[in-house]
Amino acid sequence: MRKKKGYFGRFGGMFVPETLVPFLEELEKAYLLVKSDKKFKEEYGYYLKEYAGRPTPLYFADRLTKKLGGANIFLKREDLLHTGAHKINNTIGQILLARKMGKTRIIAETGAGQHGVAVATVSAKFGMECVVYMGEEDIRRQALNVYKMRLLGADVVPVKSGAKTLKDAINETLRDWVTNVKNTFYILGSTVGPYPYPMIVRDFQSVIGREAKSQIKRIRNNNSLILIACVGGGSNSLGLFYPFLKDKNIKIFGVEGGGMGVNSDKHSATIIKGNIGILHGSKSLVLQDSDGQIKIPHSISAGLDYSGSGPEHCYLKETGRVTYVSATDKEALRAFHILTEIEGIIPALESSHAVAYALKIAPKYSKNTNIIINLSGRGDKDIDIVAEAEEQKI
Amino acid sequence: MNRITKLFRDVKKNKRKVFIPFMTAGYPDLESTVKLISALEKGGADLIEIGIPFSDPIADGPAIQASSVKALENGVTLKWIFKTVHKIRENVKIPLIFFSYLNPIMKYGLEKFFRDLKKADVDGVLIPDLPPEEAEEIKTFAEKYDIATIFFVAPTTSNKRMRFIETISDDFVYCVSVTGTTGTREKLFSKTKPYLMKIRSILKKPYVVGFGISTAEDVKKISEISDGVVVGSAIIKFIEKYKDSKLLSKKLENYIRKLKKPIK
Repeated sequence: MRKKKGYFGRFGGMFVPETLVPFLEELEKAYLLVKSDKKFKEEYGYYLKEYAGRPTPLYFADRLTKKLGGANIFLKREDLLHTGAHKINNTIGQILLARKMGKTRIIAETGAGQHGVAVATVSAKFGMECVVYMGEEDIRRQALNVYKMRLLGADVVPVKSGAKTLKDAINETLRDWVTNVKNTFYILGSTVGPYPYPMIVRDFQSVIGREAKSQIKRIRNNNSLILIACVGGGSNSLGLFYPFLKDKNIKIFGVEGGGMGVNSDKHSATIIKGNIGILHGSKSLVLQDSDGQIKIPHSISAGLDYSGSGPEHCYLKETGRVTYVSATDKEALRAFHILTEIEGIIPALESSHAVAYALKIAPKYSKNTNIIINLSGRGDKDIDIVAEAEEQKI
Repeated sequence: MNRITKLFRDVKKNKRKVFIPFMTAGYPDLESTVKLISALEKGGADLIEIGIPFSDPIADGPAIQASSVKALENGVTLKWIFKTVHKIRENVKIPLIFFSYLNPIMKYGLEKFFRDLKKADVDGVLIPDLPPEEAEEIKTFAEKYDIATIFFVAPTTSNKRMRFIETISDDFVYCVSVTGTTGTREKLFSKTKPYLMKIRSILKKPYVVGFGISTAEDVKKISEISDGVVVGSAIIKFIEKYKDSKLLSKKLENYIRKLKKPIK
């Protein structure tokens, strides 16, 4: 038996039906080849810059900083990217990989719809057939994104099983994939799933952290640094964190969806509250009951509403390198308003969780500390939800 | 010698085929599980796969998914299933295999799971989301408690990998007929024939074919190029159709007999 690979500590692995194993091995090989291929990197870099709009600014939020009266707050503006969130970094990389592997059909899951839109977008751009699975409940919550995906030519398939959210959409995508694996490439949207996906998604998203690193260096002060990002499956957070992990002086916080509170049963704080299990192809921390059935999570943000977590995040929790905290629905909503009113930036509800935690800790620090918040997406898609939560009519 | 080894030895000696029905534990209700499993044996099952319901069954199609949801609503747990299998064993003598996703097993505790399989006199396990690469720990406990672990090959599996899987699969190999999830399929035989012909030239261990087999016709044709067949979704659909009938177990017994007829 070959040596176990694809593990982050005791998390990760490749727990899938046999039908998919040969594809995952092929994917790993193809990815490791392109990873060191100069031409691929150039092409990927070209699309990131010219198509997606990278680099994104590291913006000094001066009014928010002043209001909180503590650390300097910087926003990594992934919300300014084409399609409105960091998701495009990964979908461009994966569709180039799919093309390289000769696949002609793209499938994907989506929760908030941001990943779905990013997949539909690159599928349109590269002329590939695209099917997106989305829970019925999320389709209701994210009507605008559904319409966008359809405009882009994607077939959006409603998923009616389970809680009809992200977890169920992933199940259905896996079922499609196991059926059509020969011509189909699954563009997974987060640092979850079987190996090599958690690694591939992390690598494609690491552009966030690499840019932030060189941008914060240019500020030329000797301030200590704190990173904050929201964690659902974990792609925007790991993308920001990964290039900084080795520098142990940097404090890193991952903010999970606290829902109605992590001590209620309505939250999606998987890393804080979950325990080890197998979901969607990898071993990670999972919200489950005492019989090993997966629990239905809750978060006001569809992008955080997931019962699983990325295996590398679980590892970073266990080693203590990253501290995982949570923000409730209420705190996220408050942060949403504050950023909108003070900086004129409407954040996605996912990113609002990261902002919420910054609001909490920034006042405890002085001007000698810089905080980078990953503003992973913009809030246009969430306007209806915010209005609904606050019983406002648009 | 365990029951599965014995079964396949007998199959080889008498040049016959095996018929393996699948049933979700606790479906359509808790009360009928013991009776229905017994009906499967009376109808002619050589080995029975007992499905352990899971909330997120990624390898299953609509019929088995729905039966799992129903079983979970009925309150099925592994603990209940073990208790029920003790009752089943009072009269069912053929080999029993648990078909379970990995998560409920992990949560139950690996060693405890295999120890309880032994206690309940279950003969083997099939874990659809466990490829051989991840199976080391499971195999250790399975061997300790003398439980067979059966592995899958699929149409995407390379020849070399098939040989490897054969070495770690106990007693027999489970061949997935076509890429995809469980569930009935049109024109199954023509789709799967070239692949089964290839398998026949590669595998030395006995192999059974499952996924998509739903008619006596499928059973006949596919068993001609294999050592047996597994029927799952079609049985679940049959139970769903007659679940309110007082004669359900008798009807199921006759249905199994009819499905098995071509290989009797």
